[in-house]
Amino acid sequence: MGSQGGFYQSKEFLDLVKSIGEARSKAEEDRIVLNEIETLKRRISEPDIPKRKMKEYIIRLVYIEMLGHDASFGYIHAVKMTHDDSLLVKRTGYLAVTLFLNEDHDLIILIVNTIQKDLKSDNYLVVCAALNAVCKLINEETIPAVLPQVMELLAHPKEAVRKKAIMALHRFYQKSPSSVSHLVSNFRKRLCDNDPGVMGATLCPLFELIARDVNSYKDLVISFVSILKQVAERRLSKAYDYHQMPAPFIQIKLLKILALLGSGDKQASENMYTVVGDIFRKCDSSSNIGNAVLYECICCVSSIYPNPKLLESAADVISRFLKSDSHNLKYMGIDALGRLIKISPEIAEQHQLAVIDCLEDPDDTLKRKTFELLYKMTKSTNVEVIVDRMIDYMISINDNHYKTEIASRCVELAEQFAPSNQWFIQTMNRVFEHAGDLVNIKVAHNLMRLIAEGFGEDDDNADTKLRSSAVESYLRILGEPKLPSVFLQVICWVLGEYGTADGMFSASDITGKLCDVAEAYSNDETVKAYATTALMKIYAFEIAARRKVDMLPECQSLMEELLASHSTDLQQRAYELQAVIGLDAHAVACIMPSDASCEDIEVDRDLSFLNDYIQEAIEKGAQPYIPESERSGMLNISNFRNQDHHEASSHGLRFEAYELPKPAVQSRIPQTLIASTEIVPVPEPMYPRESYQTTMPSIPSDAGSAELKLRLEGVQKKWGRSTYTPATSTSNSTSQKTVNGTSQGDGASTVSSMRETYDSRKPQVEVSHEKQKLAASLFGGSSKTEKSPATGHKAAKASSHVVEKSHVPKSSLEVASEKATPAQQPPDLLDLGEPTATSTALQLDPFKQLEGLLDATEVASAVNGAPAASRSPDIMALYADTAAGIHNKNDADLLSGLSNPSVTNMPGTTAMPQVTQSSSKGPNPKDSLEKDALVRQMGVNPSSQNPNLFKDLLG
Amino acid sequence: MIKAVMVMNTQGKSRLAKFYEYLSVEKQQELIRGVFSVLCSRAENVSNFIDAESIFGLDSHLVYKHFATLYFVFVFDSSENELAVLDLIQVFVETLDKCFQNVCELDIVFNYSKIHTILDEMVFGGQVVETSSSEIMKAVEEISKLEAASNAISLIPKSASGWRSR
Repeated sequence: MGSQGGFYQSKEFLDLVKSIGEARSKAEEDRIVLNEIETLKRRISEPDIPKRKMKEYIIRLVYIEMLGHDASFGYIHAVKMTHDDSLLVKRTGYLAVTLFLNEDHDLIILIVNTIQKDLKSDNYLVVCAALNAVCKLINEETIPAVLPQVMELLAHPKEAVRKKAIMALHRFYQKSPSSVSHLVSNFRKRLCDNDPGVMGATLCPLFELIARDVNSYKDLVISFVSILKQVAERRLSKAYDYHQMPAPFIQIKLLKILALLGSGDKQASENMYTVVGDIFRKCDSSSNIGNAVLYECICCVSSIYPNPKLLESAADVISRFLKSDSHNLKYMGIDALGRLIKISPEIAEQHQLAVIDCLEDPDDTLKRKTFELLYKMTKSTNVEVIVDRMIDYMISINDNHYKTEIASRCVELAEQFAPSNQWFIQTMNRVFEHAGDLVNIKVAHNLMRLIAEGFGEDDDNADTKLRSSAVESYLRILGEPKLPSVFLQVICWVLGEYGTADGMFSASDITGKLCDVAEAYSNDETVKAYATTALMKIYAFEIAARRKVDMLPECQSLMEELLASHSTDLQQRAYELQAVIGLDAHAVACIMPSDASCEDIEVDRDLSFLNDYIQEAIEKGAQPYIPESERSGMLNISNFRNQDHHEASSHGLRFEAYELPKPAVQSRIPQTLIASTEIVPVPEPMYPRESYQTTMPSIPSDAGSAELKLRLEGVQKKWGRSTYTPATSTSNSTSQKTVNGTSQGDGASTVSSMRETYDSRKPQVEVSHEKQKLAASLFGGSSKTEKSPATGHKAAKASSHVVEKSHVPKSSLEVASEKATPAQQPPDLLDLGEPTATSTALQLDPFKQLEGLLDATEVASAVNGAPAASRSPDIMALYADTAAGIHNKNDADLLSGLSNPSVTNMPGTTAMPQVTQSSSKGPNPKDSLEKDALVRQMGVNPSSQNPNLFKDLLG
Repeated sequence: MIKAVMVMNTQGKSRLAKFYEYLSVEKQQELIRGVFSVLCSRAENVSNFIDAESIFGLDSHLVYKHFATLYFVFVFDSSENELAVLDLIQVFVETLDKCFQNVCELDIVFNYSKIHTILDEMVFGGQVVETSSSEIMKAVEEISKLEAASNAISLIPKSASGWRSR
């Protein structure tokens, strides 16, 4: 154990920590902690505890609260400690209260006074401790109590205090902007502080202020630029250097601020170009922090008014990031690419393979980031591949939060770019099947509407086909065991509406299926309700077509069950069904016109058709109806809503609290949706219509007619022409993995260096086939097939040569594809695209594999003499220390961690033959022999390190 | 802004937890558990970043670093730079190492308040105030010295006032 640094620790505390560390279960740990709480409760209230002892008790309290136990009995003691004169005790007290209390806690009132006093203390450490508490414990109401003192501290001689005072003021601003709005100018003033540290700290609040209101700070552009210039030119003292970078954290903050200020402002941006360009050039890309600054530069460049030269530098840096072996840099590269493609979409193309590598990376974070990027670059040409990939990934994960997000993205993309309705329906089916419970109900309604409305063009034939295929797919899907409720609702609706429309399926087929659904999901009332209504429609269509209706026995038993259902809605539907079946064909055809779900219903709000009836009744002596507005004198309990309007005349009791003034919209909401049920609380275009149709064919409700119109906002508007070539997307097993591709790959491998060739075995080639296909479908169809600009990197040269070659045929293909029929296209696309993929993949992968082997742990990389070594002695030290540490378990962990690489090398004997085998499969025997030799020389076997690559081989 | 700093060991035991927005003890525990369950499922040599929105809500990023038996975790929003925060963790660990000469997990456990002092010198109210480990060390040493002194003569009131001129 290291030095204790003068911090007093007792044996008891040591024992506590030790016993908690050795606890075998959570229950045992809880028992120990509860014991400790009892001890502390007793001890802490004893009189005359020495301060040192008291301090330790409080630390122990903090400790047990960190473990998740309630330590509130000791809060008051922590508060008392803040009143103490001794710095040690006071600081401990402040530490404890900042961790224990929140700004609205009752005990805060006891601290505010102390804080006020301490802010004026002569000892700057006391001031700092108080400022720390200010940040955490002062709320909107108590800000005025300490604000004057904090303002004074802005001019404190110690820069540490000035810094913290600025941060405290920033905190006030975050909590209540209005309380300090008159003091915001202080931040500007502090920007000119003599101490660069204080200036740097000021950037934090300024960043936030500028983010909220850019225009008021445009005048500072010049100042920020000149500060950044000075920092980048190393005008600050060496003390601010971090890993040989001049004040990188300040540079990052400044770049963030400039990005905000330059956004959409050409004039401001022009001031920034030079300095950002300088940083691009000078920045050290070998260190982590250097890359952080570079990444920030890219963010800045992509935010400000575009400058071609800077964009080019940014693209260079991105390609360096993407080619890096570090997952962190790849992640940043993908993120940066996502930013840059908004301005120059064509740069995505040169990175296609890197992007696909990231998509297949085992690292989940990277994968998600890549999906985010793909989401941003989706077009009608690549939507199928991207959405397909997204859904595959969605199925594979369990994290509901992300699943929801990716599902909604799939839906969004599908709605926006769907190349065909058929595809759209299939895609939606997949999304619903696997994430149905997570998507918005609106999506289901959109899908139903799409099926009902068809393409919107006058092609009835296509619409019918679409519906038939939907019905067919649903009947198939119904066989799956457990389907989400929302999806079942869609299925029931579609089956009811179109199940028998094309004559492919008989009414008994469909009704049988619907009964099965209602039975299988018998505790889901919504689904049952949909199923019942669907049944009613099927029967109604049958009756209207004057066919004989035979109710299936299971259907009959279902109806019997529903007629006695506890749900009034289900009951009503069952009765309606019964009633409809009893009607004659003509009446049924009026109630339930076939395929009429898209037609508007005329609603007679005045109920004029009842006039005769009323007249008759009045003649018979009935009381005429008195409109609500004329009934104001009466105590009208049932009509709260109008109470407000008749306040003046109404003398009745008020049953409601005063409401906030409502916007006029209120009055337009239908007062009661008579037929509506709990199923659809919000009037949705499909559903209400359906229910009106079914339940009250001739008695119009008083729902506003406006409600009945189909709402069209948010519906997919763009239906891209199907420029996409279907076969490219998913046909993983196409037989067109031609010799052509392999030989091309071989040629490429001779171009690349020896070290790389060793790995260009068959599996590699196969992997790149896949990737390449993917690349072609993702990027190949892009509107611009520009030649990728030759990048200045040595590493890229070999490949860019090939890339350029392959681009030429591609672009000619592009022209051809416009004329050619889609059916002929896929093989061409595949063949021509291949070389690109193969060559670059060959270049990338060996590195990755090698690194994967050598860089098994971070420590290993340090030992290997990587640039990080000079900075990493601490990490090593950490390791060494734990090895000798007290925790046995930790030791074991560590050992197993260290021995991992050797373990992976062990099974070389078993795996070696495979490597040989794989190399002999290679296109050129001589090459593969060389490769084999190389592999043996290295004495490594990558199979366990990179299982994905070898999956094909190992079967 | 930095939302939280956590240090936990590879068995999921919390060694340090500091949240810059107030959260109830239960919520803190829930978050710590959530973070740990993600961390322990991560392979070696993957990126140090995690999509934390499902745990911490919108606009949260998480950067972690694994040292020996400990995970160091920083959670922050989009006003920080991921790679820079990674270096911030480096600074934090370097400082701990300087402070304890070969820091190990037990140092962190037993010097709980000192770790907090170090962190407070580095991150203040959720904002990064100091990124130089030697500066942080200087401040912490000064505090230790004064505390030790005030500890020895704690009976004399106002004892701290004389040191300001130093």
